[in-house]
Amino acid sequence: MSPPVAPTGWSRWLVPPAALSVHLSIGQAYAWSVFKPALESALDLSGTQSALPFQLAIVMLGLSAAFGGTLVERNGPRWAMTVALVCFSSGFLISALGAATGQYWLIVVGYGFVGGIGLGIGYISPVSTLMKWFPDRPGMATGIAIMGFGGGALIASPWSSQMLESFGTDKSGIALAFLVHGVVYAVFMSLGVLLIRVPRGAAATEADGTPAVPPGVQVSAGSAIRTPQFWCLWVVLCMNVTAGIGILEKAAPMITDFFQDSSTPVSAAAAAGFVALLSAANMAGRIGWSSTSDLIGRKNIYRVYLGVGALMYLLISQFGDSSKPLFVVCALVVLSFYGGGFATIPAYLKDLFGTYQVGAIHGRLLTAWSTAGVLGPLIVNWIADHQESAGKDGASLYGLSFMIMIGLLVVGFVANELVRPVHARHHVDPATEKEAADVK
Amino acid sequence: MSSDSSPQPRRTGLIVLSWLWVGLPLGYGLYELVRKATQLFTG
Repeated sequence: MSPPVAPTGWSRWLVPPAALSVHLSIGQAYAWSVFKPALESALDLSGTQSALPFQLAIVMLGLSAAFGGTLVERNGPRWAMTVALVCFSSGFLISALGAATGQYWLIVVGYGFVGGIGLGIGYISPVSTLMKWFPDRPGMATGIAIMGFGGGALIASPWSSQMLESFGTDKSGIALAFLVHGVVYAVFMSLGVLLIRVPRGAAATEADGTPAVPPGVQVSAGSAIRTPQFWCLWVVLCMNVTAGIGILEKAAPMITDFFQDSSTPVSAAAAAGFVALLSAANMAGRIGWSSTSDLIGRKNIYRVYLGVGALMYLLISQFGDSSKPLFVVCALVVLSFYGGGFATIPAYLKDLFGTYQVGAIHGRLLTAWSTAGVLGPLIVNWIADHQESAGKDGASLYGLSFMIMIGLLVVGFVANELVRPVHARHHVDPATEKEAADVK
Repeated sequence: MSSDSSPQPRRTGLIVLSWLWVGLPLGYGLYELVRKATQLFTG
């Protein structure tokens, strides 16, 4: 499929809604927990079993983004969005069949495997196109799309809950809810497929359909992963995400534990409100900090994420239990940096490697997210359990975790300082690329 | 869709419609979020 070229006069402001229609849909993944209690009672599953579809989906997200990135670059955003639509929607439809027949493995394969491919391809599908449309504000452009991934859970969480309330939480109710999700998301994502266009200049292709090399510094995906810059950014993203998960993973019990001995202990409802506020900070950080990076530069914004992030963790660990507003503000800042880190990384990659294969490079870098997704919860939960069994309680349960998070953020800060422009030997030579295309 | 030689359309209607398509569900999600977040101060 050749990339859809924009006709004359096509507004670039039609591209962000196209990207958002995909990201707002696939962001549903973070609302999977809504289905867990219903699945556990209807299909007699344990908590670990009911988490399987989500875990497999996140693994498939990382793998399909890493291995499918080159295909996305070659076939263009419309092809990628179509694949994402078909996989994500089919995942729900297969799951509906699984729920209706009581075959849980169909839900794992459907939502986790098939749907997970949709997540990965969908996540990277609009990124390089957005940066080509907004070369003056790449951070803002990708920030809008990646904010959508955060927003997807905000929509799906109450929507899915209401659906289960209406249809019931037995097998047929869950099946009907999955069916409606599959159909509605297919319709919603079709806007992206229909609207997405690549700008005229960027659509030039070689004879075999391979995108032509744009002017300026350009590095192919194959070369990029052999540069120290790629691995420095991999460490930066991994450390920043791990630090954010450090709070996200235990947010509700954390705020309760911190103020359990104070004159105003935190209720379960207030803790839920805190978690919601963190989601808002995560989303606001994606668009806010990413747009700011267009003004102050990518390296500087990551200095803020990692340096100020470490300072926020230090403040929480030293003074967090003495002031609720201080605790809340610091946690919100850390979560806004978590979101900002996700949203700014495509523009950082574009600065270093150009737009030639930035989608494929971004896909490979997302393996840092998968790693952090395992590392973060592991550190926080293991330490909290260990401290509890050692007889500690309240804020002291988290002291060691916070120190480790500060250490990780410092590692990320150093990695960011080591980022330098890519050496000329890695740059793509348009003449060589054309020869290679001709030979093919 | 216009050809290159025809007058350039502004496509304002399409822009508004496409932003509403994604903005309305997002607005619903944000409304639900704000409702829940206020529990931090009232709960």
